[in-house]
Amino acid sequence: MSIVKTEKLTYEYIRRDEDGNVEGSILAVDDVSLDIQQGDFIAVLGHNGSGKSTLAKHINAILYPTGGTIWVDGRDTKDDKELWNIRQTAGMVFQNPDNQIIGQVVEEDVGFGPENMGVPTPEIWQRVEESLKAVGMYEYRKHSPNKLSGGQKQRVSIAGVLAMHPKCIVLDEPTAMLDPSGRKEVIRAVRGLNDVENMTVILITHYMEEIIHADKVFVMDNGRIAMEGTPREIFSQVEKLKELRLDVPQVTLLAYELQQRGVKLPDGILTHDEFVEELLKVRVGG
Amino acid sequence: MLRDITIGQYYQAESIIHKLDPRVKLAGTIVFIVSLFLYDNLFGYLWAAAFLGFVIKASKVPFKFMVKGMKAILFLLLLTVIFNLFLTPGEPLFTLWKLTVTKEGVKTAVLLVIRLVFLIIGSSVMTLTTTPNNLTDGMEKAMGPLKILHLPVHEVAMMMSIALRFIPILLEEADKIMKAQIARGADFESGNLIKKARAMVPLLVPLFISAFRRANDLAMAMEARCYRGGAGRTKMKPLIYQKRDGMAYLILLFYLAAGILVGKVLL
Repeated sequence: MSIVKTEKLTYEYIRRDEDGNVEGSILAVDDVSLDIQQGDFIAVLGHNGSGKSTLAKHINAILYPTGGTIWVDGRDTKDDKELWNIRQTAGMVFQNPDNQIIGQVVEEDVGFGPENMGVPTPEIWQRVEESLKAVGMYEYRKHSPNKLSGGQKQRVSIAGVLAMHPKCIVLDEPTAMLDPSGRKEVIRAVRGLNDVENMTVILITHYMEEIIHADKVFVMDNGRIAMEGTPREIFSQVEKLKELRLDVPQVTLLAYELQQRGVKLPDGILTHDEFVEELLKVRVGG
Repeated sequence: MLRDITIGQYYQAESIIHKLDPRVKLAGTIVFIVSLFLYDNLFGYLWAAAFLGFVIKASKVPFKFMVKGMKAILFLLLLTVIFNLFLTPGEPLFTLWKLTVTKEGVKTAVLLVIRLVFLIIGSSVMTLTTTPNNLTDGMEKAMGPLKILHLPVHEVAMMMSIALRFIPILLEEADKIMKAQIARGADFESGNLIKKARAMVPLLVPLFISAFRRANDLAMAMEARCYRGGAGRTKMKPLIYQKRDGMAYLILLFYLAAGILVGKVLL
């Protein structure tokens, strides 16, 4: 079943000078058509200004398309009556962990979404408990968010979205402000949700390592979808990725360079283990 | 250096006063303050002191925390005493240089000091035993009826709790900006008051910009989580009166009535 579907989605930023006259416009999202199925782990990749965050904000109906249409769980986001249903269906996690935590205690923050939805009190507590357990933050429920690490704060934010029982969760560069260990924490939590709860995940990022477990990857450039496919298909095209100013994971790059020098390795190696295995095969064979 | 500032001086302890509904504590504080101005004889103040002592004992908060609040008003207290002592007309007690101390002056000065000290201690009992969040919740609920007059009660309460949440974050940020400016040669320490105030400009401008950016992000995050004002919202921790809250109201009523009655009968 299709959870997010866009057709010729376009979003135009209009720049105005001080008197409000139109100076020019930028197409942040340009003619994007995609179809995301329930239960998929989708990664959207792109360098700064490629339009990936603008696209993400359409899924949560924070921005409305200036052209084309987007349906979330079959609902057109332009339909005002459906606004809150859409926001509940597609939860959103933002980049800066400090600027999206509202509560002064972890559990109160997780309860914020259900409170807004008008969920009865006993059920709120049940949802908060489930969500915090799902991201492994239950033991911190009584803590102040200010005392948590970046990775922990982001996991609380994810729990806050989960407590609204969404069908799909959109993460807009959730790891951009975190250190490497915090990044791993968050990605592990997100993958857990996808694997265990079969939650649809749309991960917006510019870190290549984070997309290797995705079912499907979209690479954006200048508002358009420049590449799409499985991580392996994407990483097989090292030259094209370099053209789009994206880094390739080190192990993939190493395999690619070796391949260029005549070592017989397959395309699109993603992990260390895979690389070691293939390299051993080459040695045994040679 | 800025991080040392603490606002909201909550003292964590397991006591009956901590567990009381914040509305009871708000009402109690108001009743206590009103009683201080209703009682105008020695018995009344002894009664108020006994009541305050009883509440402090029950709250399990060390007394020295109560006194901490006094430091801030020490100067005000001193000024009140001096003015009242020397400037109240009446029966002269003794004369110091050109200033005359009167019997009435001594009386008002003592009364005022007692009132002010009790007032500060009384209200710090409330802030010490109630988390800021709980307090805003209590205020929202207590002021609920004002919604009929179209006063944005929920919005104000929400703003207060968000402000409380962001105080430590903005303080940390101010600290960071300050260090960054010091590293580039800014001087926040030396000079007179005007110079110091002017030195704050390069600190305040970036802080303001960042606060606005944060506000923008937060508003978006709140909307993404279906926030649409107070209507139709449920509470994770609703305020429900318990038996102990009813008891507390009775004790309060007894305190106020007994103080007034006994004062009237005795004098």
